[in-house]
Amino acid sequence: MTHTVLVTGVSRHIGARVASALAADPDISRVIGVDTVPPPSLTRDGGISLGRTEFVRVDLRSPDIAQVIAAADIDTVVHMSLVSAPSKNGGRAAMKEHNVIGTMQLLGACQRSATVRRVVVRSTTAVYGSSPRDPAVFTEDLEPHEGPVHGYAKDAAEVEGYVRGFARRRPDVVVSLLRFANFMGPGVDSPLTRYFTQPVLPTVFGFDPRLQFVHEDDAVEVLRRMATEDHPGTYNVAGAGVLLLSQCARRAGRPTLPLLSPAFKVLGGAVRRIGLVEYSPEQVRLMSHGRAVDISRLEAELGWKPKFTTGAAFDDFLRSRGLRPLGGVRA
Amino acid sequence: MSVPREEKGRVIPISAAPSFDDRQSPADELADHLARLLAFLRRRVTGDYEVDEFGYDAELTDKVVLELIRPLYTHWFRVETVELKNIPHDSGALVVANHSGTLPLDALMLQVALHDEAGRPLRLLGADLVYQLPLLSHLARKTGHTLACREDADRLLRKGELVGVFPEGFKGVGKPFSERYKLQRFGRGGFVASAIRAGVPIVPTAIVGAEEIYPKIGDLKTLARMLGLPYLPITPFFPLLGPLGLVPLPSKWMIEFGEPIRTDEYEPSAADDPMLVFNITDHVREVIQQLLNELRLRRGHAFPPFL
Repeated sequence: MTHTVLVTGVSRHIGARVASALAADPDISRVIGVDTVPPPSLTRDGGISLGRTEFVRVDLRSPDIAQVIAAADIDTVVHMSLVSAPSKNGGRAAMKEHNVIGTMQLLGACQRSATVRRVVVRSTTAVYGSSPRDPAVFTEDLEPHEGPVHGYAKDAAEVEGYVRGFARRRPDVVVSLLRFANFMGPGVDSPLTRYFTQPVLPTVFGFDPRLQFVHEDDAVEVLRRMATEDHPGTYNVAGAGVLLLSQCARRAGRPTLPLLSPAFKVLGGAVRRIGLVEYSPEQVRLMSHGRAVDISRLEAELGWKPKFTTGAAFDDFLRSRGLRPLGGVRA
Repeated sequence: MSVPREEKGRVIPISAAPSFDDRQSPADELADHLARLLAFLRRRVTGDYEVDEFGYDAELTDKVVLELIRPLYTHWFRVETVELKNIPHDSGALVVANHSGTLPLDALMLQVALHDEAGRPLRLLGADLVYQLPLLSHLARKTGHTLACREDADRLLRKGELVGVFPEGFKGVGKPFSERYKLQRFGRGGFVASAIRAGVPIVPTAIVGAEEIYPKIGDLKTLARMLGLPYLPITPFFPLLGPLGLVPLPSKWMIEFGEPIRTDEYEPSAADDPMLVFNITDHVREVIQQLLNELRLRRGHAFPPFL
């Protein structure tokens, strides 16, 4: 059977890597990549080769996406186009519109389509929130005590709602919803990776959160398998184990600056306005209470374990940025 | 007087001449010790240690935290343990104990007792207040404890950990001195349901001695409510003596581990039978009250040999 795969969000790192991994698969006849901006140039901006991916510039918020899906007889949709931080010129409103309205348009187009057989949606473990009242380790079917009320996490929770609605209306389509922990790796550029490359790491006084990362290679592999095999359901995707924030800072050889949580918020707002780093309210909560997820459902479904543990993923990121602990390399 | 007092009466022990084949010389031992310490510091500084998914930092707990509270265990409270054989060596179990003392020092002492004398890390289930407070929240996680909720309890028991719970909660730890050694109500029995689901035994445990460390004779209720605390105690020395009043009284402690109550004869689905869960909860409570009464008699004076 020939496959035609649509990948959204190919102009960003993970999306581009997924598109190129799918393009390298001989069983897939066509890979169509869409995004609102063209992919970064290979030579100038260090973009990633998309292989034989055909790029179409589409604004997901517009109904144009339906035409792309109809015209190309797409049978698999990999929806990666979730923005985790507001862009400098767009702001939060544009980000929300991109995430939520974009997903609605895409799912609406899929619902109409007679050819789409499989939909894979990227979500985030941020939908579990971070709270002192929640269990230490989240499984997929756990209802968080306090759901996300801000930013990216709220968008993701809304997106998940639409995805579940779509799955109900089109039971014949295989829907996989993937909740990724924070991406980590040499090519990842996220608020969290930017945070760890600062000279001094502000932390919330009296709290040492548990953090969990997924290595970009593992994320790409999970997405590739979800796009080529049937694995309906919701899955957490993370590297095994956790790292404490203090442990991350020590491994990175960066001093921490503990701030009382109101000060942390004020400082966060200030640097956000300058556009340096993102300190959203949900990030402050993460920096206080942390979050860890259970990945046994994914491991059982795929019969596969992520190659990188959380610690190994972080170490790989540190190596690529030339960060090392005080006194050289770890034993 | 020209010679200091200590100098005059000092005895210098004559040790045997060091032999070559016997043991390491003191200098070598010291060097070994230093090397271990340096390796430890190096691991800590470079972040090269493991924490489990609950945030438990075993190395920090064993090498720093327990070392710090052990003097309190051995010298201040002179804790004695009874019937340690009732703690399983390597499988999961639920230790259910009475809670008292205004400040939960009994949790720390129980942890030292099980670590030092049974060789098992204790994973306590704590109130959510603990996890909202700065410092306390991450210290609790680093020393192996987590939030008292069904998911975490089930997860720890499934992993074969020794889980500890104080079902009385704040009602027990914050009760007035006049009600000492009277068990309070036992929550909703969630701990019994968790034990049944995991099929692990419940070890009823009595802790005698903690009641006398901060005799609570009053409560600053309004101030406590303003601070969001469950109670704010008045003891004979607090707040009268200020921070000095926070020094616990050196009562004599005993901890007894009772006969394990098996739950593996029930199906895991029996955890959803409220009648059964209530019955077992009552049974556990009665057993602990009985253990407490006997152990209290056995201990005798709270502050031997005087009171």
